[in-house]
Amino acid sequence: MDKNEIIQPGNLVYKKPTLMNNVPMHYCPGCSHGVVHKLVAEVIEEMGMEEKSVGICPVGCAVFAYRYLDIDWQEAAHGRAPAVATAIKRLWPDRLVFTYQGDGDLACIGTAETIHALNRGENITIIFINNAIYGMTGGQMAPTTLMGQKTSTCPYGREPELHGYPLKITEIAATLEGTCYVTRQSVETVSAIRKAKKAIRKAFENSMNGLGSNLVEIVSSCSSGWKLTPLKANEWMEENMFKFYPKGDLKDTTK
Amino acid sequence: MAEQEVMLMKGNEAIARAAIRVGVDGFFGYPITPQSEIIETLSLEKPWETTGMVVLQAESEVASINMVYGAAGAGKRAFTSSSSPGVALMQEGITYMAGCEMPGLIVNVQRGGPGLGTIQPSQSDYFQATRGGGNGDYNVIVLAPASVQEMADFVDLAFDLAFKYRNPAMILSDGVIGQMMEKVVLPPFRPRRTEEEIRKECPWATIGRTKDRQPNIMTSLELTSSVMEARNIHFQEKYAEIREKEVRYETLDCDDADYIIVSFGSAARIAQKSIEIAREEGIKVGLFRPITLWPFPSKAIAEMAKGKKGVLVAEINAGQMVEDVKLAINGANSVEYFGRLGGIVPEPDEIVEALKKQFIK
Repeated sequence: MDKNEIIQPGNLVYKKPTLMNNVPMHYCPGCSHGVVHKLVAEVIEEMGMEEKSVGICPVGCAVFAYRYLDIDWQEAAHGRAPAVATAIKRLWPDRLVFTYQGDGDLACIGTAETIHALNRGENITIIFINNAIYGMTGGQMAPTTLMGQKTSTCPYGREPELHGYPLKITEIAATLEGTCYVTRQSVETVSAIRKAKKAIRKAFENSMNGLGSNLVEIVSSCSSGWKLTPLKANEWMEENMFKFYPKGDLKDTTK
Repeated sequence: MAEQEVMLMKGNEAIARAAIRVGVDGFFGYPITPQSEIIETLSLEKPWETTGMVVLQAESEVASINMVYGAAGAGKRAFTSSSSPGVALMQEGITYMAGCEMPGLIVNVQRGGPGLGTIQPSQSDYFQATRGGGNGDYNVIVLAPASVQEMADFVDLAFDLAFKYRNPAMILSDGVIGQMMEKVVLPPFRPRRTEEEIRKECPWATIGRTKDRQPNIMTSLELTSSVMEARNIHFQEKYAEIREKEVRYETLDCDDADYIIVSFGSAARIAQKSIEIAREEGIKVGLFRPITLWPFPSKAIAEMAKGKKGVLVAEINAGQMVEDVKLAINGANSVEYFGRLGGIVPEPDEIVEALKKQFIK
């Protein structure tokens, strides 16, 4: 059988979302960002919000997210994405407004903006990539770095006396009156990817239905920062990250 | 006509009421003395029920300016207000706005510093305002009101300039103008722009990519140095055009004067009285008042100073605008400075005495 006979719409089991631009990604092999970008693109398309979406990029590895999704974007200063999103959503209430942030951006320098936007119940979604390290700047300690985890600024492992404790900001978010849906997902397996997509869809729908703030944490791997192969990084994530950052819904007021 | 009604109010209140009337879309701010009446007046007036204007008390000045950033990038007329320590915190957001070419308004009702300083008036943020204030080569359009009427009038003017040039603009006021009550005629009511009008005026706005265009991206990031240099050159060309076209100033009794006092904002109001006192004593003094501090009226000052016996720069700081006046006059005339610090506002006769001491002896 000729190859072209097989390539037909009826046989199609997967295709790249049309919102994904045809440009090479700068992300490292094994990085979770690419998968999450794709899920965001798929959900926007499936909701028919291509012309009504505004994304806010962070400072961190996803600083160039605007290169990859064919929607309008604003690039925020480090940590300020929830404040930027707040204003856009309040002034354009029928738009789908979301931020896409890493752990350093969201849970360290932008802690105040994150907590207050969530607590005000802004009708936005925060996609939170937690890989427990500063990837963009070369592997320094993050607010979510695990105890004992080695990074370039805690090269002997994170110790409470020297570095304090990892911050479970998603747990904090679940206690806030303004949040509607707070969940922790991952994208290392096909089933995990499906669950993460459902979570993003639910969060985006909640924000369009005016139900309040939504936080979708994606526990992610960083093979470059963790200095592991992609496969080993996933194993390390499953063994260590999921213990401290257990997956599942932390809050869902729609139930 | 109702719009021509003369009212009595504080400068801070005038800013808030003018903003509602000229169709501003959003205010984002954090309380700080001596400007809290701006957010208080907006909150009391409830414009979200009338014009649809959004008013939000943010968690910090940092958040406030980044809300203005988001709003401006989405084509809306949004502003924030603060006083000196708070405006220092906003500098990150302002430089990002400049880097993205975003139009927005920042109101600084100055108080004395450094640090937490005092809640009393000062003009000591002149350098910060006129030199950009944050990182990188950029300028903010700076308007210096000298009356409650100008507090009201400059809101619309600042937004017009900001959107015309896609650049942040600042109203650099101080605790005197913010707190004092004067007669004011507020601008007439004008509705906020519709989505269609915003799409037309701001084709760059991030409000959702329609099929007929590429995505709009608001970013100040550019890692390719040659492209970043080209962007900077574009900024500088824009700033040169603003310098050429948007200089504003006012003169009083300068033509027959032997001496010129150069002052802005509240100091200029005090200096108005100083020239009256001096003229009663037979000393012919005129007042040159820059209204735009950036772009600075350098050419006009140089022209005005020709043939005069001396120029005194009176400002409520340790000598900041005096540097711009000296650069403008470029050694062609004698330029001296007088000022008070730390929240002390000079008396009119102190300025006269300073003038006599410096030039008449």
